[in-house]
Amino acid sequence: MTDAILVLEDGRTFRGEAYGAVGTTVGEAVFATGMTGYQETLTDPSYAGQIVTMTAPHIGNTGVNGEDDESRRMWVAGFVVRDPARRPANWRATGSLDDELVAQGVVGISGIDTRALTRHLRERGAMRAGISSGGLSAEELLTRVRAAESMTGADLAPAVTANDPYVVPAVGERRFTIAALDLGIKTATPKALAALGVETHVLPATATAEDLLAAGPDGVFLSNGPGDPAAADYAVEAVRGVLDAGRPLFGICFGNQILGRALDLGTYKLRFGHRGLNQPVLDRVSGTVRVTSHNHGFAVDAPLDRPTDTPYGRVEVSHVGLNDDVVEGLRCLDVPAFSVQFHPEAAAGPHDAAPLFGRFVDLMETARTGDAQAGGPPPQVEHSTAEKSA
Amino acid sequence: MPRRTDIHHVMVIGSGPILIGQAAEFDYSGTQACRVLKAEGLRVSLVNSNPATIMTDPEIADATYVEPLTPEFVEKVIAKERPDALLATLGGQTALNIAIGLYENGVLEKYGVRLIGADVDAINRGEDRQQFKDIVRSIGADAPRSRVCSTVEEALETAAEVGYPVVIRPSFTMGGLGSGFATDEAMLRRMAGHGLADSPVSTVLIEESVLGWKEYELELMRDRSDNVVVICSIENVDAMGVHTGDSVTVAPAMTLTDREYQRMRDVGIAVLREVGVDTGGCNIQFAVNPADGRLVVIEMNPRVSRSSALASKATGFPIAKIAAKLAIGYTLDEIPNDVTGVTPAAFEPTLDYVVVKIPRFAFEKFPGADPRLTTTMKSVGEVMAMGRNFPEALGKAMRSTETKVAGFWTGADDQRSAEELLEALRTPVDGRLYVAEAALRAGATVEQVAGASGFDPWFVDQIALVGEVGAEVRDAPSLTAELLRRAKRHGLSDRQIAALRSELAGEDGVRTLRRRLGVRPVYKTVDTCAAEFAARTPYHYSSYDEETEVEPREKPAVLILGSGPNRIGQGIEFDYSCVHAVMALQDAGYEAVMVNCNPETVSTDYDTADRLYFEPLTFEDVLEVVEAERAAGPVAGVICTLGGQTPLGLAQRLKDAGVPVLGTAPEAIDAAEHRGSFSRVLADTGLPAPAHGTATAFAEAREIAARIGYPVLVRPSYVLGGRGMEIVYDDATLEAYIAKATDVSPEHPVLVDRFLEDAVEIDVDALFDGSELYLGGVMEHIEEAGIHSGDSACALPPITLGSADLVRIRAATEKLAARIGVRGLVNVQYAIKDDILYVIEANPRASRTVPFVSKATAVQLAKAAARIAVGESIAELRAAGVLPASGDGADLPEDAPIAVKEAVLPFHRFRTVEGHNVDTVLGPEMKSTGEVMGLDTGFGTAFAKSQAATYGSLPTEGTVFVSLANRDKRSAIFPVKRLADLGFRVLATAGTAQVLRRNGVACEVVGKFSDGPGNVVERITAGDVDIVVNTPFGSPGNSGPRLDGYEIRTAAVSQGVPCITTVQGLAAAVQAVEALRRGDVGVRSLQEVHAALAGGTLGGPSTFAGTSA
Repeated sequence: MTDAILVLEDGRTFRGEAYGAVGTTVGEAVFATGMTGYQETLTDPSYAGQIVTMTAPHIGNTGVNGEDDESRRMWVAGFVVRDPARRPANWRATGSLDDELVAQGVVGISGIDTRALTRHLRERGAMRAGISSGGLSAEELLTRVRAAESMTGADLAPAVTANDPYVVPAVGERRFTIAALDLGIKTATPKALAALGVETHVLPATATAEDLLAAGPDGVFLSNGPGDPAAADYAVEAVRGVLDAGRPLFGICFGNQILGRALDLGTYKLRFGHRGLNQPVLDRVSGTVRVTSHNHGFAVDAPLDRPTDTPYGRVEVSHVGLNDDVVEGLRCLDVPAFSVQFHPEAAAGPHDAAPLFGRFVDLMETARTGDAQAGGPPPQVEHSTAEKSA
Repeated sequence: MPRRTDIHHVMVIGSGPILIGQAAEFDYSGTQACRVLKAEGLRVSLVNSNPATIMTDPEIADATYVEPLTPEFVEKVIAKERPDALLATLGGQTALNIAIGLYENGVLEKYGVRLIGADVDAINRGEDRQQFKDIVRSIGADAPRSRVCSTVEEALETAAEVGYPVVIRPSFTMGGLGSGFATDEAMLRRMAGHGLADSPVSTVLIEESVLGWKEYELELMRDRSDNVVVICSIENVDAMGVHTGDSVTVAPAMTLTDREYQRMRDVGIAVLREVGVDTGGCNIQFAVNPADGRLVVIEMNPRVSRSSALASKATGFPIAKIAAKLAIGYTLDEIPNDVTGVTPAAFEPTLDYVVVKIPRFAFEKFPGADPRLTTTMKSVGEVMAMGRNFPEALGKAMRSTETKVAGFWTGADDQRSAEELLEALRTPVDGRLYVAEAALRAGATVEQVAGASGFDPWFVDQIALVGEVGAEVRDAPSLTAELLRRAKRHGLSDRQIAALRSELAGEDGVRTLRRRLGVRPVYKTVDTCAAEFAARTPYHYSSYDEETEVEPREKPAVLILGSGPNRIGQGIEFDYSCVHAVMALQDAGYEAVMVNCNPETVSTDYDTADRLYFEPLTFEDVLEVVEAERAAGPVAGVICTLGGQTPLGLAQRLKDAGVPVLGTAPEAIDAAEHRGSFSRVLADTGLPAPAHGTATAFAEAREIAARIGYPVLVRPSYVLGGRGMEIVYDDATLEAYIAKATDVSPEHPVLVDRFLEDAVEIDVDALFDGSELYLGGVMEHIEEAGIHSGDSACALPPITLGSADLVRIRAATEKLAARIGVRGLVNVQYAIKDDILYVIEANPRASRTVPFVSKATAVQLAKAAARIAVGESIAELRAAGVLPASGDGADLPEDAPIAVKEAVLPFHRFRTVEGHNVDTVLGPEMKSTGEVMGLDTGFGTAFAKSQAATYGSLPTEGTVFVSLANRDKRSAIFPVKRLADLGFRVLATAGTAQVLRRNGVACEVVGKFSDGPGNVVERITAGDVDIVVNTPFGSPGNSGPRLDGYEIRTAAVSQGVPCITTVQGLAAAVQAVEALRRGDVGVRSLQEVHAALAGGTLGGPSTFAGTSA
C-alpha cells in the first residue's frame, strides 16, 4: 500500500492510501453525495478540474462497464473515497474501477475520513486541494495547491468539448433536428432526446450562433459543463444570437447559467455547491417537487418573487431548490427559451425531471406550427401563492 | 397544500400484541403518529390491546382504549368516540385488516368515518396478489409468473405449468405466514393445504421460483400532490427464499449501478402510483436475477412496516411521523426535515455510512421446530448497527445480537472441511455468516462461498477481508497502533482481538493496550444528508474514523442502557421502562442519553432521548460511549436496571471500571440473582422458599431431589424468560436434563427447587428507596405455579387473595427489598400453598409486568424508579406528583376495574421438519412473544376481553372438547358442567367422559388420536369443535397421554380454536363465556379509568359504556 495525502488550501491535511493512479494532482475540492453512479460522475465533463470526494463510503462495488460512461473519458482532477472495493460484483462489470482509474491516470486517495472532509468543505466552502501519492510532503503539496488556478474565473468548457461535430440520430422517426452546444455534454442527453424523435447535431463549445443555426435546426440545446459561467463570454454571445433568431432554446446546468448571462442576469459561486442525486426542486408552475440530480458550483442570481425584465422580455424563476432557495430554472415569457440548473438527463440520478425534454419538444412543436395556441402560452408562476409556506 | 380542515378527530388502530412478524416497530410508528396528530390539535382516539407499549400511555392519545383488536370492539369505540377519520396504515396488517372489515361491514359508513392514509381499493390492489401482478405488468415491469389458486388441485396444475420449485403464498397473512417453497407435488399438496387454511380468504398464490435471486426493498412515500420520494434502499445478504424479516440486510443497496437502481426506483414509483396509495409510506420488494439483471417486483405493503421502521432508523427520516402528516393533508415540501431543521422532507436521504440488520431467533424455545429459514418469518427480534463501512457495521451487528457468539472467532472453531462447510451453506439457517467465514478460512474461494450461500460475491469478499484482517492480527509479531486501528476499522471488537491474541489477557488486556496506543472510536451523526447540512439531532454511532461530532453539554447526563434485540423473555416491556426513564430524567433536569441497538423500538427514535447512541450493548461499546459523554460534560451515571438482563449483566463490570451505576447496586443485583447469596437473604429475612439446592452434576442433583422430593423444577442460574427450565418428575428425566445442559459448571450450576404443585402464583412489582416501600401492584396468576410467569395470564388486583394475604406480601416484599438493597424497582414472585407464602425469586430490576401494572393502576413505576436511581425518595416523589400522595397499588379501591394480562404464543409459526405444528403446551420456560390486557369492572368480562384480544373471541355456544389429566379431573367437573348448563355440547375422551357422566354431565365420547379414524384430531380439523380443553401430564417426548395431547393441541392451533391447557384457565374461561352471554360488554378509555382511580370512585358516566352494573 502506498501512502497518500490530501491537503486543502487552508492547510488541513488528511492521510490515507493511494487509490487509482500514483502521482500528484491539484484541483477544486468538492463533495458528491450520490450513493450510486460513480462511473457516470467520473466521466461527467462538469467535474473537470475538481477533486471529487464521494460521501458514500463504498466505491467501486459494481466495477466499470462499457455502457455507463457519460463521455469519452474520466474528467475529475482527483478522486477521494473511503473504502474502495477489492473486486467488482455486477453482471455488467467488465473491469475494476481501480484499474480504470490507473488506466486513465486519475490520482486518488482512499481510507480518509471523508465525512470530516465533507463537513470541512460544507463549513468553509469548496476550495483548492491537492492529492499526492508521489512522495510530496504536505508542505510541498500545499505550496502547489496555493499556486493552482482557482475555479472562479476558470474557462473549462473548451477543454472538455468534442472538437469535431457529430450527430446523434433520432430513435425511430426523426421529428426534430437540434443543434447542441457541447460545453461538456453527457451521453445521456442526446440519448434522451433521441428517444423522443430528436436528432442532435453536437457542436463544439466555441460554436457561434451562426454555426448553431446554420443547418436550420428546430431548436438549440445548451449542455452542462465545467467552470465559471462568467468566463464563457463566447457561449453567451452565441446564445444571444439564438435568442435573436427566436429559435426554441433549452439549457441545462451550465447552459442555464449561460442563458441567465445572455439575459443579463448575474451568476455567483455557491459556498460548496450542489452535487448529489437527492436534491428537491419545486416546479413552481405545477407545484410538484422533483427529486433531481445536481452538479453545480455556480448559480444564477434572479429574484424569486417576480418576473424580471431583460433585453429578451420577461423571465421568471420556474424552479427553485427547496433546500436553500437557489434558482434552479428559468423560463422566458416572451421568447421560446427555458433552462434548468439540474440534470433531467440524470445519469447518475433519478429520472423525475426527464419530462423536461418533452417540454422542449413541445416548444419546438409550437414554433413549427407557428400556432402559439397549439402548446398554449407558457403557464406562469403564480407569485402570490407559489411561495414556500414558512 | 396545508392540512385538511375537514378532520378534527382521528382514530388510530395499533397492532396489538407482539407477534412474530408484527412487533415493537408498530409501537414506534404508532407512537409517532399519535404524537404528530395530537400536536396538530386533533383529537386522537387509539385502540390497542397491548399494554406494554408507549403508544398506550395515556398522554400519547386523548382517549386510549386497551381493548381487543376485533371489528366488534373497534366498532364499540367508534360508536362511543365518533371520530371523523380512521388511520389504519400504522398498525401493521392487524390494523389494516380491521379497517377493511369495518369498511366492508358498513361500520365506517354508518358512523361517517373516512379512512385516511390509504383507501380500501388501494389496499386490495396492493395485497391481492393477482391484481398486484396485473398492475406491475401494466406499467411495463415484470413479475414472477403465477396464479391465485383456491384449491389444492388448482395449485398442482399451476405448478405443472410454471415448473418446480414453486412458491406458495397465502393471501392476506402477515409475516409471510404459511409461505414456503415446494420442490415436488407431495410437498405442494401439503403446503397448499396449510396455506389455504391460513388465508382468511382461502386463496394461495402459486408462483415461479426466484429462489437465489438478489433481493431488494425500497421504502417510498407519496403525498397528495403526487410527490414521491424513496427513503431508503435495502439489500438482503440472504438471497430470495429467506423472508426479509429473517434475512441479514444492508442499507443502502451495495451492489447496484446507478442505472439498475434508477430502474428499480422508476418501477417502484410507478407501482405506488398505479396501486393508488394516495398518501403515506409503502414498501416494495424486488428480486434481481444475478446472472442477467432481470428485475421482478415481488410484493408491496401499502402501509408502514417493519422495514419502514428499519429504514427510519437507518436514515433518520421518520417515515411514520411523516406518513401521519401526509394523511391529514400536508405535502412533503411543507414538512420540515427535523434533522437539519432547514431543509424540507421532500428529498431522498443519502447515507455516508452502512447499516446492517441481523435477525434474532428463538429456536431453542421450540424444540423440534424446523430451523431452516424460509419465506415464513421465524425471527423474534432484530438488531441494527451502523459503521462507516460494511465490515464495521457487520461486526457491531453480530455482537449486538447477544447470542452465544459475539462475532467471528469468539466461539468454538468450526472443524468442518471446506467441502462440508460449503454444503452447509446451501441451507439457509441462522448464523450462516459464521459458516461463510469458516469456509473461507478452510480454503474455499469467494466464488464457491457465494455460489453455495447465494450471498453476493461482494459481501463474501467483505467477509474475506475481515478474515484477512483477523489473520494479520493473529500473526503480527506485536500489535501496533496502526494494526489495531485497522482491526477496529474492520469491526473487530476487543473480545475478538483477544480471541486472536491469547497473550493479551482477554478483552481487558486488549482495551488497556488499545487505549495506551490511542486507538479510540469517534462518534458520527445520522443526518439524512451525508453531511451536506448541519444536523440538529444528536443521533450518533461509533466509528474508528478521525473526527468526532459529539457536542459539549452543560447539564449532567444519565445514560440509560436499553434491552437490545427483542427475544422471548426480553421484549418491548423493557423498552417501555427505558423510555419512561428518559422522560422522568428529563423532567428532573438531566440529559437523558439512550444506548441501544434495536431498531424496532421507541427508545431508538432520535426524538426520545436528548442523545441517542445506536450501539451494541456490550461492555466495550458501552464503556466507550460513557467515555465520549464524559468528554462532553458531567455524567451522573448509568442506569442498568430497566432494560432487562442485557444491561444488568454489564452493571458490575461498568462499576469496576469506575462508572457510577445508578439505582440498585450491582452487588445487590448479584445477591438476588445468585442462589447461594439469595439463600442468605431468605435466611436473614426469615422468609420461606421451596426446598432447593444447587448441583453441578447429576449425582448431586439426584441427591437434592431425593432430599426435597419430586417433582422438582430445574433450571440454569442467571436466566431470563425461564430459558432451559423444566419440571422433572423422576430421576431418568433429571439425568437427561443435566446431560443436555452442556454449560453446567461450578460457575454456572443448575438450580434444583421443590416444585409446588397446585400453588397460587403471585407476582409483585414494587419500588424501594432504602426506607419506604411502594407496592406497585400485586398480580395473581390464573394458571398455577409451574407455568412461566411470562406465559401465565394474571389478574390485577388479585382476584382470590384476602387482605391478610396482601399484608403478608407487603411485609415480605419490604423485608426482601431492604435486605437486598434495592433502590428502585423490584419484582418478587411468590407462591401460596397450604396458606404458606413462599418466595420463588426476587429480581431487583424492572420486570416484564411494569407497563401492565402502570396501565392498570395509573402509576408510572418506571418513571419513579428512574428518579429513585438519581437519589430521590418515595416521599419526595409523592410530593412531586410522580407517585400518588398516599396509598399504593395494594390498596386499590374496592370497585377498581380488573385488569387481566394474557400471553400471546407463537406456536402456529413453527413447524417441525416434517411440516407438523410444534407442541403448544405451557411450562416453566417462557414461550410467549407478547401480551394483551383486558380491562373491565368484573373478572369474567376482563378475562373474556383478554381472550378476545388473543384469539379473536371465545365462543358463547357450540362444542367443547375436554380431555383431562387424572389429577385435574376432580377440579374440572364444575366448570365443564357449567359449560354444559350454558348449552355447550361436550365431547370428551373416554376416561374424562366417565368422570363427567358420573357427575351428571352428558357427553359424547370421542377417540384419542391414537384411536384411529373418527378421532378428536379429525373432528377439530373438520371444524366441529369450538373450544379445546386439554390439560397435559408428563414431560415432552413421553408417549401415551402426552403425545395424544400434542396432536390435539396442535390441531387446535392450526384451526385457530381456543385451546385451554389448565383447569384454572378453564374456570376463567367459563366466567368469560358467562360474561359474554350476558352481552352488553362495553369499552372505556384508560384516561377515564385513571381519572376514576385518582378520584377513588368508579361511579357516574365513567363506567364501561354499556356494561350492565
